[in-house]
Amino acid sequence: MKVDLRVRRFNPEKDQKPWWGEYTLEKVRATDTVLDLLHRIKWEQDGTLTLRRSCAHGVCGSDALRINGANMLACKTLVTRLTKDNNYARIQVEPILGMQIIKDLVVDMEPFFDHYRSVMPYFVNDNPLPANGRERLQSQEDRARFDDTTKCILCAACTSSCPSFWANEKYIGPAAIVQAHRFIFDTRDEAFEERLEVVGDTFGVWRCRTNFNCSNACPREIEVTRAIAEVKMALTTGKI
Amino acid sequence: MAEVKTHSFDAIIVGAGGAGLMAALYASREVNVAVISKLYPTRSHTGAAQGGIGAALGNIEEDRWEWHAYDTVKGSDYLADQDAVDVLCKEAIDTVIELEHMGLPFDRFPNGKISQRRFGGHTNNETGKPVQRACHAADRTGHMILQTLYQQCIKNKVNFFDEFHVVDLIRVGDTVRGVVAVEISTGDFHVFHSKAVLFATGGWGRCWEVTSNAHSLTGDGAAICVRRGIPMEDMEFFQFHPTGIYRLGILITEGVRGEGGVLLNSKGERFMEKYAPSIKDLASRDVVSRAIFLEIQAGRGINGENYVHLDITPETVNKYLAEAGESRRITREYVEAKLPDIADFTRTYLGVDPVKEPMPIQPTAHYAMGGIPTDVDGRVVLDQNNKVLAGLYAAGECACVSVHGANRLGTNSLVDLVVFGRRSGVHMAQYCKEAEKLPLPKNPVDEVMAEFDRIRNGSGGAKPYELRKQMQKTMTDNVGVFRTDETISKAVDDLRLLRAEYNRNIQIDDKGARFNTDLLEAWELGCLLELAEITAVSALNRTESRGGHARDDYPKRNDVDWLKHTLCFSENGKLRLDYKPVVIGRYQPKERVY
Ligand SMILES: Cc1cc2nc3c(=O)[nH]c(=O)nc-3n(C[C@H](O)[C@H](O)[C@H](O)COP(=O)(O)OP(=O)(O)OC[C@H]3O[C@@H](n4cnc5c(N)ncnc54)[C@H](O)[C@@H]3O)c2cc1C
Ligand code: SF4
Ligand code: FES
Repeated sequence: MKVDLRVRRFNPEKDQKPWWGEYTLEKVRATDTVLDLLHRIKWEQDGTLTLRRSCAHGVCGSDALRINGANMLACKTLVTRLTKDNNYARIQVEPILGMQIIKDLVVDMEPFFDHYRSVMPYFVNDNPLPANGRERLQSQEDRARFDDTTKCILCAACTSSCPSFWANEKYIGPAAIVQAHRFIFDTRDEAFEERLEVVGDTFGVWRCRTNFNCSNACPREIEVTRAIAEVKMALTTGKI
Repeated sequence: MAEVKTHSFDAIIVGAGGAGLMAALYASREVNVAVISKLYPTRSHTGAAQGGIGAALGNIEEDRWEWHAYDTVKGSDYLADQDAVDVLCKEAIDTVIELEHMGLPFDRFPNGKISQRRFGGHTNNETGKPVQRACHAADRTGHMILQTLYQQCIKNKVNFFDEFHVVDLIRVGDTVRGVVAVEISTGDFHVFHSKAVLFATGGWGRCWEVTSNAHSLTGDGAAICVRRGIPMEDMEFFQFHPTGIYRLGILITEGVRGEGGVLLNSKGERFMEKYAPSIKDLASRDVVSRAIFLEIQAGRGINGENYVHLDITPETVNKYLAEAGESRRITREYVEAKLPDIADFTRTYLGVDPVKEPMPIQPTAHYAMGGIPTDVDGRVVLDQNNKVLAGLYAAGECACVSVHGANRLGTNSLVDLVVFGRRSGVHMAQYCKEAEKLPLPKNPVDEVMAEFDRIRNGSGGAKPYELRKQMQKTMTDNVGVFRTDETISKAVDDLRLLRAEYNRNIQIDDKGARFNTDLLEAWELGCLLELAEITAVSALNRTESRGGHARDDYPKRNDVDWLKHTLCFSENGKLRLDYKPVVIGRYQPKERVY
């Protein structure tokens, strides 16, 4: 099929302001991904088009982009998902919102990772290890409690789709809360109180207005809003 | 000219996948370390590993590390060094336990212990039956390892230089002095002055068309070492994983077969019964990939196409479980719980629901058994006498210890990362405490900067993308699952022409400084071409079939002439081959039967 792409371009080395690049691709398969299309533009038409990507199958989190107005991973979005027509599609691609643009589709991820690092996203347990030298035991039920939030690939699709984050970039955002959830609800972890203190701060969970953009954006199908609600509940009740 | 900044550390670790991060955790406890990575650490391809990490924990049935060692040696077609394999399998046990102590959320058995499943080539040595050895977290074990190690690095305040692309090693005689890197966001060159350098840059599956490897897996660390006079070991051994998604190459973990999935041809036959009567679909990867290839060649691909089916639907699996007299049965819910990502991949990319219908699969270029030669402490060795290059280390997929020999067993790469990542980190820290820091040579960036200028300013009209496509085609057609003198020779010729074209006529579009991925991709292509040629030349000379190196014209293994490791040196633009002996221990080579 034929695809017309509109891609948001901006190279601060030469451009005064962002502009739209228009590209037409022929012989596109319905099963091609948006990443395939961007690669074809870059490799066949204009090598200056700049984006991040690595794994090409939705597991590394490099290529969260705003595609036809919604956040998704370019490599996990098939052309068929974006058109009802078998012969034609029109696709618009922009960088995710709320972050500084470095070049074209590449944004500055540092503030995002700063928020991530602020929630103590690591396992804490200073108790003596099991005397037999083996693993700590955990029941299947306890393990299941935080399974959903272990899937996060830190792609930022959720945080950059959140109106509260757009309103104030100091808000730690859904991704950081998902990471906090993964540890708060792990029965083996001991930093429960400290971590709750961080996410309960002025720029923490209470900024969430339960708008569900994050859950819809998440390419790993994590129930982000639910994870946030569980953290709010833990803060209110002091229990998990 | 771009500005050059200089940094100073005791040790530099290049690469933030499982191997680099494990080394960083250990080394940074003792000395001043920086980790440099062209990707954000959590984007590393270790995160794509699915099925599991092998360790003889014996959590559900009897198992012993010696059995794991024997399986590894047999899987390697007797080319692995058995002293190194002993280290791998013995230390696998406490490293996996250590990962759990770091918080890694493994799946659990009902008794609360780490859950383990079957995987290709892993057996109970007394009964010959598959054993449950692969420790896993659903089908995203690598993701959990990568996340956990990165989390611990944050906790321990490890220094990271994210999105810095290392492009050269500073070597002076038989000493190393650091590395040169490009800061991707600005295009600036940086010199990292150090006493020791560890490469943990992963594989180079992008030499082939259909691969499970990320776009970023372009073998940079290995190619840089080649350019600085270090030989490559056993490069003819590259693993084709039997089950990649048809045309896309995305991996479908062997865990699918570990959970009971079977391979079927166009007649609905479970053809592995023919090729590996004892463990069938769970034979080692080289054996299964060849079987699929032969089925397709005999016209038994599905609809006459180049693929076969992998079936994990409960109906099919339970039928074969019953036939085998096993009491276990699986349900759709079980498949969803144990293989959620696989189900997501096939639904997303193929519109195939794996709990209801079989998946179309074909072999996919997957794993480099060969690479930078090292000893069991990760120290890089320079020749057949294992002369050490003090201060230089390598670990993970880019290294060749060698524990995988001619064919790697599933789950053994993740073990390799953490076991040898840890050992390298420990050894490197010790080295840094004793070694003196030698001064930088004059103008350490000049050579590589000139190469970058050449690529940036080239006007010969040869597009990196075109050259890459041609390289991938010739490697796939001629240095794939099966090869012959004729096909490999063709590849060698093609690759020489492509390299000449690359060296003379490369041309790119982006002339800018900031985030110039056009330029960096072109430079990465140079690395791929370098390694592709070494692979082909090493393969041409080895006139036998062993593990992942299967030659139609020499179909048998030949221990008399070829029980030895290849070493390929690049000298003044020419490749030279040499060989070194294999370390044999408890297990004498014998014919491999599964
Ligand atoms: C889809 C898939 C599934 C797999 N499943 C399993 C499994 O179940 N079990 C198993 O044992 N093995 C599995 N493997 C194999 C295993 O995952 C890999 O071999 C292993 O993860 C490689 O880890 P690494 O640390 O060596 O490199 P990687 O994780 O690939 O990391 C490479 C690092 O080097 C950096 N880098 C590269 N070049 C440069 C440069 N020039 N400058 C700076 N940084 C650089 C990258 O940024 C990255 O951080 C699988 C592999 C794939 C592809
Ligand atoms: S929660 Fe989902 S959308 Fe948000 S960063 Fe993690 S994977 Fe991406
Ligand atoms: S490229 Fe890895 S998630 Fe898309």
